[in-house]
Amino acid sequence: MSERITDPRAASWYEASARARLDGLLDSGSFAEILGPEQRKMSPHLPLFDLPRAFDDGLVIGSGRLDGRPVLVAAQEGRFMGGAFGEVHGAKLVGLLRAALGLKPAAVLILFDTGGVRLQEANAGETAIAEVMRAITEARAAGIPVIGLIGGRAGAYGGGGLIAGTCSRLAVSEGGRISVSGPEVIETNKGAEEFDSRDRALVWRTMGGKHRRLIGGADTFVDDTVAAFREAALALIGRAPAFDLATLEAEQARLERRLADFGECRDATEIWSRLGVNDPAAVPGLTAADFDALVAGLRETGHDAR
Amino acid sequence: MTLAEILASLFPEGHAVAVEYGLVSGHGPFRGGRLAVIGIDGNTPLGVEGAARLAGSVLDVVRQGGATPILVAIDSDSQRMSRRDELLGLNEYLAHLAKCLLLADRSGHPTVGLVYGHTAAGAFIATALATRVLAGLPGASPSVMDLPSVARVTKLPLDRLEAMARDTPVFAPGLDNMVKTGAVHAVLDPAQPLGPQIEALIDGSPAADNRDALGAERGGRPVAQGIAAEVVRDARLG
Repeated sequence: MSERITDPRAASWYEASARARLDGLLDSGSFAEILGPEQRKMSPHLPLFDLPRAFDDGLVIGSGRLDGRPVLVAAQEGRFMGGAFGEVHGAKLVGLLRAALGLKPAAVLILFDTGGVRLQEANAGETAIAEVMRAITEARAAGIPVIGLIGGRAGAYGGGGLIAGTCSRLAVSEGGRISVSGPEVIETNKGAEEFDSRDRALVWRTMGGKHRRLIGGADTFVDDTVAAFREAALALIGRAPAFDLATLEAEQARLERRLADFGECRDATEIWSRLGVNDPAAVPGLTAADFDALVAGLRETGHDAR
Repeated sequence: MTLAEILASLFPEGHAVAVEYGLVSGHGPFRGGRLAVIGIDGNTPLGVEGAARLAGSVLDVVRQGGATPILVAIDSDSQRMSRRDELLGLNEYLAHLAKCLLLADRSGHPTVGLVYGHTAAGAFIATALATRVLAGLPGASPSVMDLPSVARVTKLPLDRLEAMARDTPVFAPGLDNMVKTGAVHAVLDPAQPLGPQIEALIDGSPAADNRDALGAERGGRPVAQGIAAEVVRDARLG
């Protein structure tokens, strides 16, 4: 897998590695990695399970420029242990967010690609997720936007979904699923009649990017290209809501309204229909441009309540 | 300890804490003022409605101003695992609850977690782990995932996992292991009145997040604190 992006307009975000995503996302040649693979910061726990380790523990962090502005970035590698949070992986993200408080970048960008907690290091991963969420709120309260970009193979599941919900703004593509319990977890615990994890169309319309954008769980829907995520990140930095009582009261009202409006719906298509979508069955096939046009014609789905 | 025993120990003069559908909310007299209480009882899973209810209670405390501390008492299941919860965006509801607790703490309402039963996964992160200082009571059983499920996912035999769990706090369920990783700051003594113990936790609560330092000290997370500190040291804007 190449770590360089030659044509950001054509390159798929979903298919790209974490390093390639950063290469195409940031201004050319501006990325400087922190604790790079040459420093061999590997999991101290995986050998106990006879599992291979990665020199970066599946998280690439550093600084760079976005349209000339300084940003801090973290990109999860979904192909290593499903991008899951282990001790080192989590601590790198915690450190980056703490560093932001002193450095005051224009934004912190988190490129999610994770199944959640790495079970072999479960307690360390779980605790790191709590530390990350606290550090995100501290950065936001200091006026630093924290933007999540979600379009990787592993999606943003488990604790990754909770961290996503803590960010100031989220951009998501078709492949970028956001959820707490994954389809397999629900099926294993509650049975296939509750959730058939092999029904891929059901997975996409319940947890996928378009549904999240339509209900307000994400702020922008983008095409699956590196260039589209770059444009979205640039636009979202300028629209980050404050982290204060007014924002959280607005979020409380928004989430209560969602329960009142859609709490009885069994399927995403019912929710889309209630939102005013004339042909819900056509939504999964829409291009990003057609989908944007559809969203623009609906009752308000954008908000500052996150 | 049961929730009723905890509340009786905390508030010997009585309280106004109620439990409805496994959700705890209310308050009791504390240090000449009040202690607000929210929580989950009876091993109840946390779904979209429950998270919204608890978050609303936290925001009520913040809106009233003052410095009322908030106790988050937890005996829960994991997050509610259902198609409907995920359809409605459970991740947003759980994150919102955590954010409300983090905002309350920043706004001068000290937050204290108290795990007295089970809790797991997303329910744990959204509640007890979003407080400034987290205590456990003996017999509590916080976890990320139970060992049989870990065995299924990791494809390792359960007896081998059980043997590994004895020496390796980083993955095994249980209060002791969560203390070692630094997630749980202290274990309370059920034989002593809880009020003064909660007061001491509030008075001694760390200004900054010190869970990784505790994890290093106690051996449950050997490298996290060092890695985070190295990142802070090496980071600079280009």
